This record gives sequence, C-alpha cells and structure tokens, in this order.
Amino acid sequence: MLHIVNKSHTDRTALASCLRLARDGQALLLTEDGVLAASAATAEASGIAAAAKRLKVYVLAPDAQARGVAERLAAGVTTVDYAGFVDLVAEHSTNQSWL
Amino acid sequence: MKKFMFVNRKAPYGTIYALESLEVVLIAATFDQDVSLVFIDDGVYELIKGQDTKATGIKNHSKTYRALEGYDVEKLYVERESLTARGLTEADLIVDVQVLGSAEMAALMAEQDVVLSF
Repeated sequence: MLHIVNKSHTDRTALASCLRLARDGQALLLTEDGVLAASAATAEASGIAAAAKRLKVYVLAPDAQARGVAERLAAGVTTVDYAGFVDLVAEHSTNQSWL
Repeated sequence: MKKFMFVNRKAPYGTIYALESLEVVLIAATFDQDVSLVFIDDGVYELIKGQDTKATGIKNHSKTYRALEGYDVEKLYVERESLTARGLTEADLIVDVQVLGSAEMAALMAEQDVVLSF
C-alpha cells in the first residue's frame, strides 16, 4: 500500500494518523505541504525520522523545492519527480490518501 | 467482488465529506461489492448519538448509518484510539460497530482492493 499525505503535520493530524496506521514495509509519499514533515529540522517531531526506519518514505521534489526544503531533507527519505509519483501509484495495488 | 474500504476521518456537518462518503457507500453497495466503513479521528463523531441538526437547517444524515444494514453494508469498524482520545465508548454510538485497535485496523486496511478516503 502507498500512503499519500499532503497536509502539514503541524496544521493537521493526517500524518500522525497515517503513521499510526501504516504497516512496516509500506510506502509513504509526502506531497504539497506534507513535504514539510521531511525537513531534517522537524523530522524527529513530525515522526518522519522514525518512520523512515520502517517505511519507504518518498518526497515529491517539486513540492519540496517550492517550499525551500529540498536541500534540507531528513536522512532516509527519497525524492521523486512527477513521473516517479506516477510510478509509485502504478506499483502499489492500493493507495490511501490521508485527506 | 472487490473489497472496498471507506475511510472516514472528518466530523459531520463542518464539511461535506461525511455525507459524500455515505452516498458513495450506497452506490458501491448497489454494485454488490464487499464494503467496509471505518471511522478514525474525528470521523467517529459521524456515529455519535444525539445528533440534532434542526436549529442549523442542515439535514441530519446520521440516521442513514442505521439504514446501511438494509443495503447489506454491515462491516463498520471504529478505531479504539480515536474513540478514547475523544472520551467516547461504543455505547455512545448510534450503530453496532466493531472496535479495533490501530494494529488490527492497519491489517484490515492492508487487505483491501480499494481504499477511498473521506
């Protein structure tokens, strides 16, 4: 399963709920304001640092670049471009968007 | 037959999500699919007893959850952590549900063919 979170972790509970319900080995893609959780400075507080050890964590690069965090991402996360986003969706049989 | 899970995470009335979810659930049910509804986070408020929307002028759709049985939609699951965080118990809910812990809920989610989020 691919989990997708597009909300800031300090504004909404989407990421926290996703991390509570994501199983080890599943994939998580952060898009839009969701990418903020993957910046190195907040990764401990957001839970992404811990999540990166048990989930495959991806960050949509254009959204990270737009928000100035592309060069300061936490260790263990992987950036993807729009084509990579499409590949992730196609590779996983189910997607769960945490609105 | 596919396994469809509807994930409800929003309180009713503040947004249209809860009502829209119900409508899509009823559509899925008419196509004879294996439908599960799960209630997480503020979504548990969709099932709370005593909803009275008269003074707001908004339609009270909470009664529809009771009618789901008539459409063979009988798999309703609520996350225990979400209930507890809001000071609620199963007795506060308008329908019979299965209360699952996060780990059980995660396992259920992982076995679906389609997950739709509201």
